[in-house]
Order: sequence, then structure tokens, then C-alpha cells
Amino acid sequence: MHIPDGFLDIKTAATCGALALTGVGVALHTVRRTLPERRVPLVGLAAAFVFAAQMLNFPVGGGASGHLMGSVLAVVLLGPSAAVLVMTAVLVLQCFMFADGGVTALGANVFNMALVSTFTGYAVYRLLCRLGPDTPRTRLMATAFAAWSSTVAAALACAGELALSGTILWALVSPTMLGSHMFIGIGEGLITTLVVAAIARTRPELLGARQGPGQAGGYVEFTVYGLLVALGLVIFVAPFASPSPDGLERAAATLGFEQQTAATRIASPLNDYAVAGLDTTALSTILAGGIGAVVAFIFALLLARAFALPERAPSAAPPNDGPCCAP
Amino acid sequence: MTVRAVLRDLFSPYHPGTSAIHRLPAAVKLGAILALILVLAFLPAAAWAAYAAAAALLLLAALLSRVPLSRLAQRLLLIEPFALGMALLALFQPHGLQQFLAIMTKSTLCLSALVLLSATTRTTDLLRLLSRLRVPPLFITTLTLMHRYLFVLLDEAQRMQRARRSRSLHQGRWATWHAWASVAAHLFVRSADRAERIYAAMCARGWKT
Repeated sequence: MHIPDGFLDIKTAATCGALALTGVGVALHTVRRTLPERRVPLVGLAAAFVFAAQMLNFPVGGGASGHLMGSVLAVVLLGPSAAVLVMTAVLVLQCFMFADGGVTALGANVFNMALVSTFTGYAVYRLLCRLGPDTPRTRLMATAFAAWSSTVAAALACAGELALSGTILWALVSPTMLGSHMFIGIGEGLITTLVVAAIARTRPELLGARQGPGQAGGYVEFTVYGLLVALGLVIFVAPFASPSPDGLERAAATLGFEQQTAATRIASPLNDYAVAGLDTTALSTILAGGIGAVVAFIFALLLARAFALPERAPSAAPPNDGPCCAP
Repeated sequence: MTVRAVLRDLFSPYHPGTSAIHRLPAAVKLGAILALILVLAFLPAAAWAAYAAAAALLLLAALLSRVPLSRLAQRLLLIEPFALGMALLALFQPHGLQQFLAIMTKSTLCLSALVLLSATTRTTDLLRLLSRLRVPPLFITTLTLMHRYLFVLLDEAQRMQRARRSRSLHQGRWATWHAWASVAAHLFVRSADRAERIYAAMCARGWKT
């Protein structure tokens, strides 16, 4: 999902850059305020860990291999603000050292993969943890579904940015990105859950640390990230989300030429595009998204059921102290 | 070429040398490359003359740097598929071919610029430059620690995977995934332990935030 250089136009890149800078600034401020000094190296090491985990490909089947994005893993292990910092550091190093993801698209990549995915994952995780009973099984289930949601949300933002830049039509990019990432998200959910379950089995205190006092004053940052992500989605996705047949052109025209706010003033990227069949596309996208979410939710439930059971009876399962103890 | 060779190549972007390009200050190189990328990325789609000029400029710089062109091309080819996959979508729309060619030219030129930068500049020099640019220290600490320990963790992960493979015969996909997750989980546990030791070592050397 790394956007290379040349795929975004200047207004999209600048908007993404501003959103990303604000978000990372808030994350840095929060982490500096709440993180105990002795955990500062852990943030750096966690960034190296997420980078390394992204490099370890796992087989998906048919010769293809997938890899982890890792934002929900970082959220569950470190909390939201440190996770934003970790993902940003990973993206910056990937951009400058390995040329993976463009320099002009760095803001967009940070916004999608460090802010949207982290915040979505965190919000879903918190919500599900609060709704369910406070058991390891609930937490695993929340992890799985949060990982899926974060992947799909990041893909949605990415598709919106590409469409708003006029690079690829929305009707083309949104089904492709969302469709593929609904599958990739299942893999992300599975791997994140397996890793979190394995850490909970071997070193549960590493997971417990996150729910400590550092989380008490988290409402301000939560609101700020939420506002940033919502603002971004309104700018990047809302112009395309109207299901009426001429919604695209009208939305772009309204937002582009009526003087509303500076943030939503965007030029129409779709001048010569005939919007035939959009209403079926939009509806089927929404429908497919709904079905995908339900499938992913059921999958998360099953996954949590499969992996939380041995945790309830710690005496039954011998401690797992080597990486080579696959059943 | 084996997977290991590709990985080794991917992880050592810097190509040591003493050419004029290598000896330029990191700030100059970063500034020039950033300016070039900014101009390239936001040019109108059909500015073919400008693309040709940028390509000539990059080729000249690459020749001056005396980094073998084959090596630069190899790195470019490693990264190119990611851009190609996304750009292919553009083919399926009206005026798609034009759009596709413009995007691919732009992204390839920008990628070459970045590849050249990372081949002639040490990452540590770039990090030092960031601290001169008033980037918050916490972020630089994170970046530096990540860069320092990334390779250590990757080696550790490879050792664990090798140990796992040498102890297990052919496995099904589910078992492979499970083992993968186990390796990743232990990698995190070891990273957390390592972070404790690093903190102790940093304190012993008088580190302050």
C-alpha cells in the first residue's frame, strides 16, 4: 500500500502532509509526556521489530506471500501514540533508505498507515473490549477484528487519495483496493492474533504494561486522532461516496468551486469522465464492504475461540520458551 | 540469484566510494534530490522534455559517483514492481496509456534519484542531518535505534527460522503460519528484553532525554 512518487498531485500530497504532520506532532507530544524514560528504547526497538516483521514474508498459497502491516500489533503492544510514532519511523526509514514509498507521498503513507490504520484499529479494539466481558478471549477477538478494520480503512484512504489526485478513477481503484485488502486484512488479523496470543502465553506482562497508568489521560489524543482521521476521510473519500449517478461530478464541483472552507476546496479531478454505472458500483461496494465486515467479524470470533482456550488453564499448557515449538 | 543475495543487496543500499558525489555534504545531496523529486512529481503529465533532462542529470550523477550502474539498476528493479502494480490500474481508464506512461516515468525517475542518494550517502549521515534540522530528539532516537537494531533483529529472526526449519519436517500451511507467529512473538519478547539492556547501557553512559 506504499504510494510511490508521481501518483499524487500537489493538493492531495500537501493535504496529507499537513494531516500527517499534525498527527505525528500530537503523538510525539503525548509520548514524551506519558512514556516513562526507561521505555524510550522500547519504542525504537519496537519500530525495528515492526520493520523486521514486515520483512518476514509468510506463504499465503499459490506461490504468493503476504506480509504484516503491524499497526494493530503496535497498538496492542504499546498503545496508540507510541504506535503512531513507531509506524511513522518505519515509513520514514523505508522511504529514505529503501526507496519504498515516495518522498512526496510520505505524508500520504504516514497518514494512511500510521494514522488511519492505527486510530481505526485502536478505536475498534477499545470498543469491542468495552462491549464484551473482560477476558483474554474478548481481547483476542477485538485484536483480530481491529487488525482487519485497520487494513481496510487504510486501503480506503489510499484509494481516495489516488482518485482525488486524478491518477486512477474512483470507480476503478476503490473496488480493487478495498476488495484485495479485505482478503489481506484477514491475513493481517490472523497473524496479529497469533502473535498477540503467543506473547500473552509466554510473557503476559508485556501486554499488561499497556493498560497501566499511561493510558489514563488518553481522551484528548484519542479525540485529536479521531478528528484528523475523520477530516482526512471527508476530504479524500466523501467526494466519491455519494450513491446518486451524477454525485461524483456534483460533489467535486460543489466542493471545488463553492467557497466553503479552505480545507475542502478541491478542484475536480474528473472533468472528462462519464459517470455511467456508478450507482451500482457504489452500492455494490457498500454491500461488499458490509458482507466483508460480517465475515471478518465471524472469523475474529472463531479465531479468538481457538486461541484463548489454552490461556484460561495455564497449568494445562506447558510454557512455550522456544520459537520452534510449533504443534 | 538466491533470496539471501537479494535480501543482502536490499539491506545494504550504501555503496562505499570516494567519488565527488560521495564526498558532497549529506545536506547538499538530500536538498538536491528532494528538489528534483518535488519538481518531477508535480510536473504536468506530458512534460517529456523535462523527464529527459532529469534522466540525463541522474545518469551524469550516477556516472560521477562511480557506483556500478548494474547495481543501481538491480536495486531499482527490486522496488519497481510495487509502483508497477499500482500503475497498472491506470491502464483500465480513458486515456489510460498516457497516464500509465507518465506515472511510470515519474515514479521511476524519482526512485532512481532515491536509489542514487542511498547508494552514495550513509544512513547515519542522514540521521545526523535530521538532528541539525531540529527534528524532535525523541523521533531521532527512535529512528536511530530502529536503524541500529533492525539488522540485529532480522538476523535473530533468520536464526530462529533456520532453527525451526531444521527441527521440523514438511508442514502444512496452518503449522507454518503458527510457527511464523511464534517466531514473530519471540522476536518481540527478545526486543523488549534487549530494550531493557539498552536502557541500562544508555544510562551507564550518561544518556539524558
